[in-house]
Amino acid sequence: MDLRFTDNELAFREEVQQFFRTAVPPDIRRKCVLGQRLSKPELQRWTRILFEKGWATPAWAPQWGGTGWTAVQQYIFKEELHMAPAPEPLSFNVNMIGPVLIAFGTEEQKRQFLPSIASLDYWFCQGFSEPGAGSDLASLRTSACLEGDHYVVNGQKLWTSTAHHADWCFLLVRTDPSAKKQQGITYLLMDMRSPGITVRPIVTIDGHHETNEMFLENVRIPVANRIGEENRGWDYAKYLLGHERSGIARVGISKMRVRRAKELARNIDAGGRPLSEDRGFRERVALLEIELKALEITQMRLISAAAAPAGKPDPKSSILKMKGSQLQQAAAQLLLETAGYEAMEFDREFLRGAAETPSPHDWALTLAPNHYWARHVSIVGGSNEIQRNILAKTVLGL
Amino acid sequence: MDFELTTDQQMLADGLGRLLAERYDFEHRKAELFGAPGWSREMWSRYAEMGLLGLPFAEADGGLGGGPVETMIVAEAFGRALVLEPYIPTVLLAGGLLRLAGTPAQRLELVPRIAEGRELLAFAHVERQARYDLADIATTAQRQDGRGDWTLDGAKSFVLHADTADKLIVSARVAGQRRDRSGLALFLVDSNAPGISRRAYVMQDGMRAADVTLCGVRVSDEALLGRAGHALPIIERVVDYTIAALCAEAVGAMTRAHELTVEYLKVRKQFGVPIGSFQALQHRAVDMLVMIEQARSLSMYATMMAEDADANARAQAVSAAKAYIGRAGKLVGEQAIQLHGGIGVTEECAIGHYYRRLTMIDILFGDSAHHLSVVAASAD
Repeated sequence: MDLRFTDNELAFREEVQQFFRTAVPPDIRRKCVLGQRLSKPELQRWTRILFEKGWATPAWAPQWGGTGWTAVQQYIFKEELHMAPAPEPLSFNVNMIGPVLIAFGTEEQKRQFLPSIASLDYWFCQGFSEPGAGSDLASLRTSACLEGDHYVVNGQKLWTSTAHHADWCFLLVRTDPSAKKQQGITYLLMDMRSPGITVRPIVTIDGHHETNEMFLENVRIPVANRIGEENRGWDYAKYLLGHERSGIARVGISKMRVRRAKELARNIDAGGRPLSEDRGFRERVALLEIELKALEITQMRLISAAAAPAGKPDPKSSILKMKGSQLQQAAAQLLLETAGYEAMEFDREFLRGAAETPSPHDWALTLAPNHYWARHVSIVGGSNEIQRNILAKTVLGL
Repeated sequence: MDFELTTDQQMLADGLGRLLAERYDFEHRKAELFGAPGWSREMWSRYAEMGLLGLPFAEADGGLGGGPVETMIVAEAFGRALVLEPYIPTVLLAGGLLRLAGTPAQRLELVPRIAEGRELLAFAHVERQARYDLADIATTAQRQDGRGDWTLDGAKSFVLHADTADKLIVSARVAGQRRDRSGLALFLVDSNAPGISRRAYVMQDGMRAADVTLCGVRVSDEALLGRAGHALPIIERVVDYTIAALCAEAVGAMTRAHELTVEYLKVRKQFGVPIGSFQALQHRAVDMLVMIEQARSLSMYATMMAEDADANARAQAVSAAKAYIGRAGKLVGEQAIQLHGGIGVTEECAIGHYYRRLTMIDILFGDSAHHLSVVAASAD
């Protein structure tokens, strides 16, 4: 047992750090530091830089653009990306539809989609949740009827984040209403230019528009855009559960936030001395850093344990999702507390990425919105309660 | 990074796990707990046969040359079984001091005896006024004109297993004021030496201890362990090493308490169904699991850093682990009791014994609040 990084791993970290130091465009880095949202062209620009370096999709199979890095290297890369800070590549593309296509797509689908998914020439969104299908995703009702070589799709999707940017949507639809609910679901790729799609914005608690509701009315999707077999879509969707282990806890994001809070606290006056010298503040920081250290090691342990059976998701990755989301929230809370009054001013345009603000304290403007928005990380992708259900059943046998 | 145990380490874990599973069930333990001396001399011989008592000592001194990982394996297994024997004082505390500060002659005399189970030691360090400050020592060691025999005077408290120890390692001040970092020395003293009196008692978890009073205890210069006046860094190293082991012991205890709780959830029926079918209880059990996994990670971290050359980094890591694990042990123990319901608060149920031990582990060498303040004070 040796928890230290090897010399090779340290050299790799140095290489990755060096890359992020020079490769992240200054305007994009500034937005990341200030916690602003990125525009579509900005994320495309950054993804293109990663793509040209060959690092846009490190975890993919090497023949489809993966780097062949070890799990530890994947983790180091993710952490350095978050710490740089640099934007995270679009998760729908890199962590979701890409791996599903690689595992279950036809050769033709892979050739058609994977390069454009990696480069973000195709922007994918996820059409899973519905008004009546949240945690109970398998109860989804959006229907698809086969008519010749097309499915005709009708229904409503909810929480289709970035649908307003998207070129494509990976969609779960019901193709067999009489089957047991998990068994009548099919996985389709929908061209967002298809007639019959209406996307309506939903502004979230942070004041930003990222997510949407999406109405589908007689949308025609070619059968050629079906993933795998009809009525097997649930299996393909479930494949992702626990698949993306190396970044799911987002330790780097939390570490970056804590580091930022410590930096800010040095210049914030609290009772005649810097907040960074306040005992209560220091203990809150210490507790968070201890938990993050633990999670970092927990993550490494689960990654290395999972290396054995190829590609089999480990239910213990639910631990990473749960703990990781709790610590992301705690770190966002710490930043908010650090700012105090300064966090109260709201500038929606600045949050959305405006370069200028009339406020004299731009550093504090996104702290409250990001704190509010952090609530979503324990809900999205299987709420923490669903993760607990999974762990109770699969690990504890309850 | 590598989380695998070596073949030898795996054999150690398996062998000890088997021994304790066979010989250390709850009823056996209870018989020892309420008897005298409060632990099993027979088990102590077994540990000696397995090589556990010589584990951390250098092979040249008669030990097995094990490192912190081996100690972690032993401590975790001991935590699972709530082992009562004086491993911490003899092998880790006094043994550690001997290992780091002893002369070759001292080591050659004592290590084989410890390893064979023929010598029990205790570390008489803590004093009532000190709370968790390792430097706060009022016991004095004086001698005339800077030579000749030393005379020790003072009072030591909570000396683990001092009641049965053959020898004590006593920390005393040869110079400076009560809380000075310099001026401490270590003396190897026969526990029956004239001027030593011991008040033995049982601790809350059944472990044994004694308060030790030293009144004009005379020892020769040869009793000195290490250089007079420079003992504190060695004491800190040994205590950090021991804290890392306590963290592993707590992880073992938490893991077992959690297993017992999950088993109970599956068999205990109320409202006609196993109570483990209730989501509120399932989620509680999962939260315990997450906390234990985090604790295990920090236990490994403390183990890895336990002998780090950078004393500050070592202390920070060990305090970080103790700050988290002290609290996690309490929380896991409390939830284990809660999920057991009424039976959980009885002395006949194992869960309460885990909670009692975990509570004492939190206190030993500084509780969670203390170690959090250590980390907070020295972080960048």
